[in-house]
Amino acid sequence: MMRPLLDVQNLTIELTTRDGVAPVIDDLSFSLNAGETLSFVGESGCGKSMTALALMGLLPANVGRISSGHILFEGADLAQASDARLRKIRGNDISMIFQEPMTSLNPVLTIGEQIAEVLRAHQGLSRKAAWEQAIALLDAVRIPNPKGRAGDYPFQMSGGQRQRAMIAMALACAPKILIADEPTTALDVTVQAQIFDLLGDLRKQTGAAIILITHDMGAVAEMAERMIVMYAGRKAELGPVDQIIDHPRHPYTKGLIECVPHIQSELSSTRHDLVEVPGIVPSLREFGKDQCLFASRCRYLTEACLAGRPKPKEFANAQSADCWHAEEL
Amino acid sequence: MTRPELQEEETLQAQHPFTESWAMFRKNTAAVAALALLTLITFGAIFGPMLYPVDPFEMVWAPFSPPGEEGFLLGTDYLGRDLLSMIINGAKVSLMIGVSAALMTVIIGVTVGALAGFYRGIVEEILMRITEFFQVLPTLLFSMVLVALFGASLPMITFAIGIVSWTAVARITRSEFLRIRELEYVMASRASGASNMKLMFRVILPNALPPIIVQSALMVGSAILFEAGLSFLGLTDPNVVSWGQIIGSNRQYILDAGYTVTIPGVAIFVTVLAISLVGDGLNDALNPKLRQR
Amino acid sequence: MGILRIVLIRVLYAAALLLAVLVLNFSLMHLAPGDVADTISQSMGGADQEILDEIRVSYGLDQPFIIQLGKYIANVAQFDLGYSFFYNQPVSRLILERLPATLLLVITAQIAALIIGVVLGVISARKPKGISNYLVTFLALFGYSAPVFWTGILLLITFSLNVHWFPVAGMRDVTIEGGFWTHFFDVARHLVLPAVTLGSIFLALYSRLSRASMMEVLGSDYIRTAKAKGLSDHQVVYKHALKNALSPVITLAGLQFSAVLSGAVLVEAVFSWPGLGTLAFQSIIARDTPTILGILFFSALVVIVGNLLTDLALRLVDPRVGGRE
Repeated sequence: MMRPLLDVQNLTIELTTRDGVAPVIDDLSFSLNAGETLSFVGESGCGKSMTALALMGLLPANVGRISSGHILFEGADLAQASDARLRKIRGNDISMIFQEPMTSLNPVLTIGEQIAEVLRAHQGLSRKAAWEQAIALLDAVRIPNPKGRAGDYPFQMSGGQRQRAMIAMALACAPKILIADEPTTALDVTVQAQIFDLLGDLRKQTGAAIILITHDMGAVAEMAERMIVMYAGRKAELGPVDQIIDHPRHPYTKGLIECVPHIQSELSSTRHDLVEVPGIVPSLREFGKDQCLFASRCRYLTEACLAGRPKPKEFANAQSADCWHAEEL
Repeated sequence: MTRPELQEEETLQAQHPFTESWAMFRKNTAAVAALALLTLITFGAIFGPMLYPVDPFEMVWAPFSPPGEEGFLLGTDYLGRDLLSMIINGAKVSLMIGVSAALMTVIIGVTVGALAGFYRGIVEEILMRITEFFQVLPTLLFSMVLVALFGASLPMITFAIGIVSWTAVARITRSEFLRIRELEYVMASRASGASNMKLMFRVILPNALPPIIVQSALMVGSAILFEAGLSFLGLTDPNVVSWGQIIGSNRQYILDAGYTVTIPGVAIFVTVLAISLVGDGLNDALNPKLRQR
Repeated sequence: MGILRIVLIRVLYAAALLLAVLVLNFSLMHLAPGDVADTISQSMGGADQEILDEIRVSYGLDQPFIIQLGKYIANVAQFDLGYSFFYNQPVSRLILERLPATLLLVITAQIAALIIGVVLGVISARKPKGISNYLVTFLALFGYSAPVFWTGILLLITFSLNVHWFPVAGMRDVTIEGGFWTHFFDVARHLVLPAVTLGSIFLALYSRLSRASMMEVLGSDYIRTAKAKGLSDHQVVYKHALKNALSPVITLAGLQFSAVLSGAVLVEAVFSWPGLGTLAFQSIIARDTPTILGILFFSALVVIVGNLLTDLALRLVDPRVGGRE
């Protein structure tokens, strides 16, 4: 079997807060193959973005740290890598698109410069060559009149255009992995669809593997081959997207899917009433307890759920769910 | 307990804002120490002359007696006057001018800022242009001119300091008013037919107070520095002692008696430092944004 | 709106402000007890009423306020700020003579305070627990609380009277002979203590604001993006962060022209620096009203021009400033 491009093993990330140390990512393992799209799904605060920042080596200093586990990228452990090594990988082999295109671009530098500097840093291009390449990239993300727009500042662009520029920046060095952290949350609905189309096309052209962090189940169904459902810093369920949507094995996943009526109706042709997952996400203080953290919101609650943290149960096609009742669902 | 039946309800109630702010303030050790020091200085300025009844204008001993020797704690100045007595009597003038000039800046500043922020439009335009006009006048020079032309009495000095310093208060008040006037509870009072006066002074102003209070505290400090500067230059009432004036009149003799300049300077420095530390403490205690951290 | 039009509006506005200063100036002159005639008669050792009236007529003092004001403004427009009977010179010539010394002091102090302040601010923002942080806090407290003339005298006692590293007073040593560089270093030696004294107030302001501004910028999303691009720390801080962190500092510096001139009056008095501040001080002692008011007008002019320049500098650093209007 081929070695996966990225292999995350037992990753635990601790966050220091006023109330003490909480494991915001608790014993997370997954792998990503070349060219594949893997989606992270879950409510806000479940640790999706923290995982992304950890992969980039950008956990907030003095607050978050990797306390155990490995992040193997092409066989080398990024969790142990030096700053210099990480800097060579960031923006080059692994790059990232952020949620807020409004604030994620530097307001006092031109768009062209912000793209060109990545090329200069990683590929040693000359000032002129990098600028021309930047214009080509703006063209590739379908920004009209790229030559003229390269000299614009972010405040002169719309949200959708800025996110396109962010994508151009992230793809500048043809990375092997592109992490997209809720790339469309801040955008209008019509623009959202365009951005996903663009990401899909670019993926076909470049062959980059994508880690798509989102809470948009529709986008997951459309874009991703596999998905990971996160809850309170832990993996709830992992497996092929179609299979999970068709037959979720974790009550939380089930709840999430039921929240989105159209996936249900399209894929299983049975309609359910629109529901939402009742209750609220546990506070950071409860993270790390030796029990099922979803217990308080779960319809299938039994004593076993409170007695210990559920072990992953394996199903066909490498689907696995961390629930004591996974087989019953 | 006069009303025991209310006890339980009281524990459930949110703390009074003042109690809460005081609790925050108390956590800031430097600010509490500074407040204690400031209280001490104020008491010294009020009761000092009674407790240490030496005339600051009288020649009591040979000039330039160093501190601690010849029975004078802080020594004597170039005219043989008792430096301790001058410092004590100077405290009164410095604090009085500091507080009254700050009061003047607050009255002018809050009025201008409130009117500009509340009425907007042409009123705001005119008032802010006036504010800008006062901002381009070099502060110390303008006060010097006023004092030089119209006489160095204490009220004139206070006026000269106040008239050049109010712009900062006006700007802060205006921006607070602009922010608060759009909030829901102001809209609600407006909708329920409150008069403009009521809206301005009973609804908006109390909520705009925290930054104004902090700024006013700092204003006292800068007014004291300002007065010290003027009196250092000799622009002061010759019939009273002030700290800056002690430095100004003794500065030719720094080679012989450095302490006649150092000691009053320390008095100014410590007082203003205490005020600014209290101001910092107030800022932390009154700023709700910081409170949540 | 074109940039030219914006500049034009700003200039017109500045001119209106200046006109207001002139009206204020003239009203002060008018309201103040004593006039030119009194000054002249004093310098002659007293004069009777007839001569006084004659002087008043010849200076146009018998005419209505508004006409006198108009004449005054017309004169100032031709840079005629009146005549100093104390110095026996036109006020404008007096001011221009003293201006270079003040500008030298003020500009040196400001640039030094800005550079050192920003460097300190950046260092302490990057290392929140480092020693530079305590230095910034200490400087901020000292710079705000210590009277600037006192700081000056303390430096004078320490570095001129005790260890003789720097001269006690003035701007140059008239006994020195030599070429340009000899004089250059002579002035530089005289400049050190006054510039340090004046700079101390502003160093406090700038270092504290740069620290706060830099810390805010370093926590922003676009800095995270810059790091995610794999840029070096140096590029992240000096290319991406600094430019953003600078604009509030420049705005603040631009608001200090008035305070700088005020500080310069006191510092010049301490070090007998032969600039506008000393001139103002001397003319106040001498009750030389035309000179005092001339300086006031001229200082307001400096502040207004300074504000205009700051505005333009801000446009260079931050492209958004131009776009907002």
